[in-house]
Amino acid sequence: MRKKVIYEIKSLYRDNFRVTGYEFGEGEESVCIVGNTRGNEIQQIYVCSQIVNRFKRLEEEGKIREGHKILVIPSINPYSVNIQKRFWPTDNTDINRMFPGYHLGETTQRIAAGVFENIKNYKYGMQFTSFYMPGKFTPHVRMMKTGFEDVELAKKFGMPYIILRNTRPYDTTTLNYNWQIWETNAFSIYTTATNVIDKASANMAIRSVLTFLNKEDIVDYHSHDGYISEVVDDRDMISVRTKKAGIFEGIVNVGDEVIKGQPLANIIAPYEGHIVETLEAPEDSIVFFAHDEPITYANTAVYKLIQREK
Amino acid sequence: MIKTIASVSLPVDEVLEIKKHRIIPAGGVTGKEKRISVVTGIHGDELEGQYVCYEMIRRINEQKDNLTGIVDIYPAMNPLGIDSITRGIPAFDLDMNRLFPGNKDGDMTEYMAAYIIKDVLGSDAVIDIHASNIYLTEIPQIRINELHRDWLVPIAKKTNVDFIWVHGASTVLESTFAYSLNSRNTPTLVVEMGVGMRITKKYGDQLVEGLFNLMREMGIWKGKTKEPRKPIISENPDDVTYLNAAKSGVFVPNVKHWERLKKGDHIGSIIDPLKGVVLDKIVSPVDGILFTIRDYPIVSEGSLVGRLLREEVVRASEIVNEQISKNDREQVNENTRDYMDGQKGEF
Ligand SMILES: [Zn+2]
Repeated sequence: MRKKVIYEIKSLYRDNFRVTGYEFGEGEESVCIVGNTRGNEIQQIYVCSQIVNRFKRLEEEGKIREGHKILVIPSINPYSVNIQKRFWPTDNTDINRMFPGYHLGETTQRIAAGVFENIKNYKYGMQFTSFYMPGKFTPHVRMMKTGFEDVELAKKFGMPYIILRNTRPYDTTTLNYNWQIWETNAFSIYTTATNVIDKASANMAIRSVLTFLNKEDIVDYHSHDGYISEVVDDRDMISVRTKKAGIFEGIVNVGDEVIKGQPLANIIAPYEGHIVETLEAPEDSIVFFAHDEPITYANTAVYKLIQREK
Repeated sequence: MIKTIASVSLPVDEVLEIKKHRIIPAGGVTGKEKRISVVTGIHGDELEGQYVCYEMIRRINEQKDNLTGIVDIYPAMNPLGIDSITRGIPAFDLDMNRLFPGNKDGDMTEYMAAYIIKDVLGSDAVIDIHASNIYLTEIPQIRINELHRDWLVPIAKKTNVDFIWVHGASTVLESTFAYSLNSRNTPTLVVEMGVGMRITKKYGDQLVEGLFNLMREMGIWKGKTKEPRKPIISENPDDVTYLNAAKSGVFVPNVKHWERLKKGDHIGSIIDPLKGVVLDKIVSPVDGILFTIRDYPIVSEGSLVGRLLREEVVRASEIVNEQISKNDREQVNENTRDYMDGQKGEF
């Protein structure tokens, strides 16, 4: 294991801003794994830390195959984590909206450029990331439909789902999108949690990454193969939206199977306590995403469901 | 008439409403009137447009008989942001100007964006007033996507701004308010002026003069207006030089905003108050005019401290404008004094 500083900026009063990477093996740039870009993505750092730990052992045991270099960057944004702010401390910009970056640009553009230059030539790119809405996910691999995406390859993770995301204008500045444009096979990996540690889904993610690398002959790792992934287009997902705002009382959890008409959640009048709305499953389906905050706004997609195959 | 254009209940005992003030001619409407919409507050920390909205309404009400069209004033597109000194939409941490055209079936933020577009769509001109951000001060300017240059530059010239900046197209910008309207045949100008969290009354008054001039040209206003100043127009990315901080520190300017600089002039220093030393001396890399200057002192490596418009562009605009002025002077004998005042920008 070689620890190295990928990118560094001097600060006026804080310790230097550093992006730290861990390299394993030697040879072609095979795999790059990236953790958090935002300050609340703690689970994402945790998963990477556990992966670093595993690779350290695999390397000592000679189980990283010759000719492959692996780079793990647990955090692209320690500054935001340390002050518990989601985006960049001074100007509130999102590093994951700055790729491929610009060396002569503003601070976060420089960080993106400085990191991307070091990771753009890897064959496989994996990023642990989060959704902009608060909630829990069924673990999955997400790929953007850029025309470069390779669904068969994504199945090698053995995650329960592969979600194909139809790109929107603002997606073009994410790491995942730019990796794909630079011909890296890019995968975004979502575990259940973001700002809390969820060990079960973290372990599933670690096993998935190692399973993938074993199937691609990069590491020697043996475990069960995981799931036969179901591929879902994000447009086919069923969003269950609140009509009313209020206190959110969830009844079902991610991964639950629900039948048509089954209550999913109640919205409670915040002062008077009665139920103002009960959300029901519109189809027989599986809960893929569930809101997990105590309040909800109106028109909010508090559940995303995947229809069960008939 | 004050009207709510979008409304949504918040979780606890509060309704979020986006409102507009519509002013119509004293004698009522026939349905053939032109409509101008003045919009601001999409970014909650940009307040320069607040004064412009107030001043527009005040002046119209003072001479209501001169109003021959419809004026819609939308002072607060992001009321929660304005109230909480937040640029984006609080709680969602989203830039409202990346949500358009919105979606009526989408979440609360997309839903509001959709109703905003629905209400503003079809205006004969829309002015979306921004105030840079809290870090940078900008000279009154209009920014135009190059895709809409031919259509919008002639309108922008009527608004009494100092500078028209035609910039490159980018997919990220497709989700802005202005792009959404411009791509739906509703001409929308983005004004950037002043600095976030502050009101620069001088700039507000300058823009108000320009908006009345535009209204007059559109047939919305028959009162007397002043000839707009001739803006410098930049269409080439090479016209603009960016000055980014080479070091993290505290920026102390040595020049004034909108100052003509020579190559090598000392623009400012980045200092280290702990060590008591200058970390970097920023000098002008070209001859030009400083149309953007940093207002917020703390900088990180890369932070923008200023933008310069190259001297050749400024000169070229002046030569063209002198020529135009000469032609105009020969045609217009009356009101020469007013007109010359306009040229100097002294209202
Ligand atoms: Zn703005």
